[in-house]
Amino acid sequence: MSVQSPAYVAISPRRVFAMLLRHWYLMVSSWPRLLDLMYWPAVQMLMWGFLQVYISQNAGSPFMRAAGTFIAAVMLWDVLFRGQLGFSISFLEEMYARNMGNLMMSPLRPIEFVVALMIQSIIRLSVGMVPVSFLAIWFFDYNLWTMGLALAVFFLNLLLTSWAIGIVVSGILLRHGLGAENMAWGFMFLMLPFTCVYYPVSVLPSWLQVFAWALPPTYVFEGMRALLVDHVFRADLMLQAFALNAVIFAAGVTIFLVLLRSARREGTLLQGGD
Amino acid sequence: MLAPGHSPSHSPIAIDRLVKRYKAVTAVDGISFSIAAGSCAALLGGNGAGKTTTISTIMGLVEPTSGSVTVLGAKMPDQRHRVLHRMNFESPYVNMPMRLTVRQNLNVFGMLYGCDDVAGRIRALSDEFDMGEFIDRQTGKLSAGQKTRVAVAKSLINQPEILLLDEPTASLDPDTADWVRGRLEHYRRERGATILLASHNMNEVERLCDRVIMLKRGRIEDDDTPAGLIARYGRSNLEEVFLDIARGTGEAREAAQ
Repeated sequence: MSVQSPAYVAISPRRVFAMLLRHWYLMVSSWPRLLDLMYWPAVQMLMWGFLQVYISQNAGSPFMRAAGTFIAAVMLWDVLFRGQLGFSISFLEEMYARNMGNLMMSPLRPIEFVVALMIQSIIRLSVGMVPVSFLAIWFFDYNLWTMGLALAVFFLNLLLTSWAIGIVVSGILLRHGLGAENMAWGFMFLMLPFTCVYYPVSVLPSWLQVFAWALPPTYVFEGMRALLVDHVFRADLMLQAFALNAVIFAAGVTIFLVLLRSARREGTLLQGGD
Repeated sequence: MLAPGHSPSHSPIAIDRLVKRYKAVTAVDGISFSIAAGSCAALLGGNGAGKTTTISTIMGLVEPTSGSVTVLGAKMPDQRHRVLHRMNFESPYVNMPMRLTVRQNLNVFGMLYGCDDVAGRIRALSDEFDMGEFIDRQTGKLSAGQKTRVAVAKSLINQPEILLLDEPTASLDPDTADWVRGRLEHYRRERGATILLASHNMNEVERLCDRVIMLKRGRIEDDDTPAGLIARYGRSNLEEVFLDIARGTGEAREAAQ
């Protein structure tokens, strides 16, 4: 065969960059997409911020008076929720565009696709959350960034959980098509009551607390309250969260690969419909 | 059923006793063939004959139930990443992102396929496919014919050794369709590429292909050159042969000869 083709590369940062470029082109071509990234975090932050102002003026407990517990909680919840959405929506965009067959037939490897989606989720999250964090300073004189290193640790732990769930949801979408689309939007809400975003784990019945402590974000939200209410950084909680995240991330990747294999067997990779 | 003079081990595409079942449905039922390097072969058959499933297994998108598919020496789908950068495809079952301009889409796919000089390749394709007028327009805002040209251009972005085409001129007016066929012929001659084509346009197959594999209910019903099939079935064109085979009248005629 006389034709020269580009050399085969095992794992290619260039292919990851190509996928990021594809989503960058999409994002900058559509202002409603950009606006949507900021809209809901801003609405949530304002609603919970005003609620906290009202409660702190009328309640006596240190938790209620601690500056910004609700605002910080809602913003960290958004890191978890929108981190997963950023991952899943970037994946869904390929299905909406009927582009999945092009990608699956291209040299793009599943691991490169996943890495691109993870970076894309950080970009989408930053576009949404950074302006909202400044909005919180303006409206409520609450500066999330004063958490410093603790914020970085909270952020990383929540992102790892969001990616693990995003990877599983993407596998389900590959296998079952857009009929499973609602999972992308609703899966994370299952975690909302059990990860104790707005209240301490002690509020839950004791049997449910066991389940709550099996979820990595629970450690982050408990750690956040310890920092804001007791002014203590709980490194032990963060290490346990990292350990659990390592397990669920590995499980997420394994489930994704199993579902991808199943999609190949069932011939659903070319189908994007329901 | 192998192409005369070509052993499967030296063929860019070799299929051996391929079976694909989806639960109770057998889409492909034990077919074997190989495609000679630098040739253009057509997979023909009615709806549900197994064409898309066969092409999908060659692309590594579908895992065979049994049998094997070897492309450029790699077993599909397990070793697909060894050879996917040397192949490409065009199909009406997939689109390119509509909000991206033609240039942006070609840039992304050029990078995904590992092209060295993506900008230069886009310029060459733009000239070759006369896309200069709309290269910076959003892909979703193009006419159906322009979209098809872009899809064919995308399929050539990496100058593939193997090109899989599913209805490459669907939705094109006769003049543009003829022009695209000319580009594909030129590409095959110039690069020595191997083309496997699924089409319902028999004129297209007669013009482009030196071999026709007729599928029916997941099995190979016949395999010959277009002229050979027309002669053996005693027909004046490939469309009549297709109808004979699809309706089951062709077998009797052939048996009588």
